[in-house]
Amino acid sequence: MHGTEAGVMDAAHAALRTEGDSLVVVIGGKWSLGQAPPRLDALVASGAIGEAGVRRLTFDATGLGPWDSSLLIFLVQCQRYCDEHGLECDRSGLPERTERLLALANAVHDNVQPDPRPRASFVARLGTAVLDGWRSVLTTITFVGEVALSFAGLFTRRNHMRWRQFWVVVQINSSGALPIVTLIALLIGVIIAFLGVVVLKRFGAGYYVSYLVGFGMLREMAALMTGIIIAGRTGAAFAAELGTMKVTEEIDAYTTLGVSPIDHLVLPRILGLFLMMPLLTLYADFVGIAGGMLVSRALLELSYTQFMNGLLAAVTISDALLGLLKGTIFGLIVGVAGCMKGLQGGSDASAVGRAATAAVVLGITLIIAANAVIDWLAALVNV
Amino acid sequence: MSDETPAIEVRDLTMRYGDRIIMQDINFTVARGEVFVLMGGSGSGKSTLLKHLIGLKSPAQGSILFEGEAFDVTDDAARSRVLRRIGVLYQNGALWSGLTLAENVALPLEEFTELDARTIAEIVSFKLALVGLRGFEDFYPSAISGGMRKRAALARAIALDPDVLFFDEPSSGLDPISASRLDDLILELKASFGTTIVIVTHDLDSIFRVADRALFLDIDTKTATALGPPAELRDHPPNPQVHQFLTRSSEAAS
Repeated sequence: MHGTEAGVMDAAHAALRTEGDSLVVVIGGKWSLGQAPPRLDALVASGAIGEAGVRRLTFDATGLGPWDSSLLIFLVQCQRYCDEHGLECDRSGLPERTERLLALANAVHDNVQPDPRPRASFVARLGTAVLDGWRSVLTTITFVGEVALSFAGLFTRRNHMRWRQFWVVVQINSSGALPIVTLIALLIGVIIAFLGVVVLKRFGAGYYVSYLVGFGMLREMAALMTGIIIAGRTGAAFAAELGTMKVTEEIDAYTTLGVSPIDHLVLPRILGLFLMMPLLTLYADFVGIAGGMLVSRALLELSYTQFMNGLLAAVTISDALLGLLKGTIFGLIVGVAGCMKGLQGGSDASAVGRAATAAVVLGITLIIAANAVIDWLAALVNV
Repeated sequence: MSDETPAIEVRDLTMRYGDRIIMQDINFTVARGEVFVLMGGSGSGKSTLLKHLIGLKSPAQGSILFEGEAFDVTDDAARSRVLRRIGVLYQNGALWSGLTLAENVALPLEEFTELDARTIAEIVSFKLALVGLRGFEDFYPSAISGGMRKRAALARAIALDPDVLFFDEPSSGLDPISASRLDDLILELKASFGTTIVIVTHDLDSIFRVADRALFLDIDTKTATALGPPAELRDHPPNPQVHQFLTRSSEAAS
């Protein structure tokens, strides 16, 4: 900082003295943000002045060296003190530059418009929450409807689908997802087999561990775990991608062109998952059964042939199809939740994070709920 | 370090993205207390040059000296000393969206000074007042307009009374009144604190009003083709591109 006078200066200092009806603020030294500047209230509190008869505040800046904003905030304190005590503030003894900067700070300001709504009562907030919840149910239904219409548009050739985006989703959810699906499915198969070995051995029914692994993987765990993995992986990615496009006004650009973002952005993603989820589920079935087989052989000395014979005797093709159906539905759920939360996002950086979180939470919740409903329906029709 | 040492000295600078050369053989100095404008058409590498000056990118060749000291040093302490003395206003403000305006402006003060919370709060209020945002301390960046965001970002850039201020397209997204106020503030900072100011812009009004000297980056030759006071460059253009640029004409001078 270059002040009016260069040279080596001592640290910033300020003092008060009374001259007739004037209170003189003597300032000197080098004022820099590097060290704590003097404060007016500390000077006043030190009681060096008798306030009676004082009408004006003036400044003596003859010893003032280089200065920066630390001096300016001291002057703001002086101004405030004058306003509070009804004194006239005479800044003529100060460098001209301080006056201009203070004037700039006091120039026109934008009007602050504080939030006029007072904090609502508990009942009102509860009501708002319920209404918001209902509204989000309606928007979800609307969104699903729009996606369905867009899908129908594929057949009437009204919708020019972006196949490139579709294949990108397919690629991300095939080779890209295999390592994690392999790991999780293998471990789930192993866990089910361990459970079977420990529990069934007590009844001398260790052989039936293959039944448990077969039913467990094919009917439940393969689809459920794959769905949860894809919700965390791909659902979050959809929400973040579309959420960022919302922030950068790319979604608005589609809308103002009269092009539906659902056709261009949402449908390829959902169809990509719709295609890949049953395949990933099928893959997880095989890997999980392999995991169960390894454990049975190690702990029960059950040969692979024995294991497979038991498994094939117990499970039917409808068990496997039920799992694949679940996987397909979970894929739709993840796609819809991810895309919807992305498109509904706000317009700042944190909104993208919130959208991704909401997509994963909604996706996993709906997957588990849908799983329960499908199991219930399956029990009703004896599948 | 004498006062004659230029604030910034760029020697034989070549900038690259991968194998692609953006600009080469750039030489210039910015004197202390000078308002220096980097101008040129879109894509000419102005913003890339700025990124080199503020240490976000390292030169492919050549060197950049900040008050005689190389800036792209690996020494963290030296780097931190330089960073404390510069302020940057990014094109879109780059306010941290998770912090209120007051917290945005206070952060550099908390990081680099030992001042107490009350003094910091007063400095923050004063800086926000300087940019016309008194009373907006507790607002989040998402709650104010783009122009206000830019001004708040300026308050953050000048929080530490930097010796050198860098502006990337300061007037983009501002209405004419706000842009003119910003120019006032630039001139005032220069006059009051002797702040060295480097501006990337193609706003002609602002160039003629605030710039002491301007450097013209030419996109075709990939180098700087003119350096001097803008009015002089306009009246005696050293090449047709500069003439076109400064007179806003779509045809090259005959």
